[in-house]
Amino acid sequence: MTLYLLCLFLFCVGLYGVLRKRNIVKIIVGFAIMGYAMNLFFVMLGYKMHGRSPIAAIDQQVTNMVDTVPQELVHTSIVIGLGLTALLIAIAIKIYEKCGTFDITKIKRLKG
Amino acid sequence: MNNSFIAALFVIVPVSTAFLISLLARFARRGYLYALSVFSSGSILLISFYALGVLPKSVNNILVYNIGGLASPFGISLVLDGLSVFMLVVVNLAAFFVSIYNIGYVDKHDDAPKFLTLFFMMLTGLNGVVITGDLFNLFVFLEVASIAGYALVCFRGGAEELEAAFKYAVMGSTGSAFIFIGIAFLYSFTSTLNMADMSRIIAMKEGIFVVPFVTVLFIMGFGLKAALAPFHAWLPDAHTSAPASISAMFSGVLIKALGVYTLARILFNVLGTTQALLSALTVLGAISILVSGVLAVLQWNMKRLFAYSSIGQIGYIFLGLGLGTPWGVFGAVFHIFQHSVAKSLLFLTAGSVDKSAHERDLREMSGLKEKMPVTAWASMIASMSLAGIPPLGAFFSKLIIIIACIQAGFYFYAFIAVIGSILTLAAMAKMQKFAFLGELREKFKNVKEASFAMRISIACLAGICVFGGLLLLPQLKPFIGNAAGVLLEGTKYSGLVLGAATK
Repeated sequence: MTLYLLCLFLFCVGLYGVLRKRNIVKIIVGFAIMGYAMNLFFVMLGYKMHGRSPIAAIDQQVTNMVDTVPQELVHTSIVIGLGLTALLIAIAIKIYEKCGTFDITKIKRLKG
Repeated sequence: MNNSFIAALFVIVPVSTAFLISLLARFARRGYLYALSVFSSGSILLISFYALGVLPKSVNNILVYNIGGLASPFGISLVLDGLSVFMLVVVNLAAFFVSIYNIGYVDKHDDAPKFLTLFFMMLTGLNGVVITGDLFNLFVFLEVASIAGYALVCFRGGAEELEAAFKYAVMGSTGSAFIFIGIAFLYSFTSTLNMADMSRIIAMKEGIFVVPFVTVLFIMGFGLKAALAPFHAWLPDAHTSAPASISAMFSGVLIKALGVYTLARILFNVLGTTQALLSALTVLGAISILVSGVLAVLQWNMKRLFAYSSIGQIGYIFLGLGLGTPWGVFGAVFHIFQHSVAKSLLFLTAGSVDKSAHERDLREMSGLKEKMPVTAWASMIASMSLAGIPPLGAFFSKLIIIIACIQAGFYFYAFIAVIGSILTLAAMAKMQKFAFLGELREKFKNVKEASFAMRISIACLAGICVFGGLLLLPQLKPFIGNAAGVLLEGTKYSGLVLGAATK
């Protein structure tokens, strides 16, 4: 249970970064932390203490297996997160070229 | 003969087109790339009509394709049922006309191959979300469509576009994070990812917290993608900044496929609905209608006015879904079709005006009807349809939703729906008066009508908009009726899909 609460705490740290920070780069870092917390949470769902991979072998009885499906899913999710972070950083670089600042309170052309 | 492999084509065709276009970009001339894009989006449209034809002949009206031959609850399965086929027709109809429009719209300065590649990746995601029967696969396709969408918003690369894209990316991926956590909870609760199997297990198990908690996470996540009222802040900026053909795709199909369809599918067919949940949807829908109606009237930027009006129309769809009665759901599904056609058309006409007259501010425009008759007429038809003028398409869908409200005894919601319609009429009348009617200004003397491809696409969409009401004829009614029927049968969905998968 403690592990899950720590995971929630990590997620909240990321969410704080996204919601409260003014610097675009810090927002992106907040995103990355949020992604780590999500992936950690999902992969922990399939974890078992002293578990092993569910591969059948001769003369061996596999009793205590970890669930490997969340590992696959988190693998996919990490790749998606990589793509998203790359896109966000590309947008951030372009914004710096156009506006000369990373501060989102100073970039306010769109209104209404 | 087993036809279920056609389900896979909806993903294979657009994704291979995207790769072919980016491969051929070096060698082929632009004309061939446009021809390829029109050909492939046209062929997906034909395949979706074919799917519409073969569906009634299959078991339980459902086609299930198991990827890699793994049996249904274990492998990833693609499910084609009444609602999926309806959404596929809506998505690919808009995509086909938008790719015709692209021929005239994309500038010489724009990097056309990259634009088309991203466009087809977005189409892959949209089709994938609609046909998949696996919850995590749905998340992956959702992210494919969203990330392509973020990149397309800032395609022109100006400061405003970048700001809108960053805002959209931050809000959209926060929504995705909530969806991901919801999927994690559901997986730990049911130990399966297949949506039909998950629905079966949820019905058997007794969970006090998990299902309501996940429902709230999904309403936040998918509501953000659908731009439902408290989560709508990204939509006006993103729609205003994107190139017009992409705004048409966004407003016409992206918010519906990624937001409305997914939310309706998961809430109605997988998790099961409760009265409290349905009334939450109705309240959110009613707030959307009122807030966006008032804000739309106040706008002076043409595309921003349409964007706010989109939020209101999404409100109508959620109002209909939230009633949960046969008429309400039927009206909501019908409104998805009508709004998709009319709003795509409006954004395309805004794009022609922007391209020919280089103007988006309504105060600076006047009398463009004289110079751009086709665009002006099409815009007039689409705005009258959305405002609910009788013989046109969206009148019928709004009327059905209002009748459903009265039947269910919600007179207040019926009143709000009527008020919303009047506000839409006001916004559209303002747009028509300032943009197309009145006297032609001096600086617009040399404005030319949009190019041939753009006019063809606009005129065809206007035709569909005029004759959209004919879908209520008894011969054509199953198109909408089957889609609404899938939502109304609720969690029986799991038995039907698993039954169809084993045959």
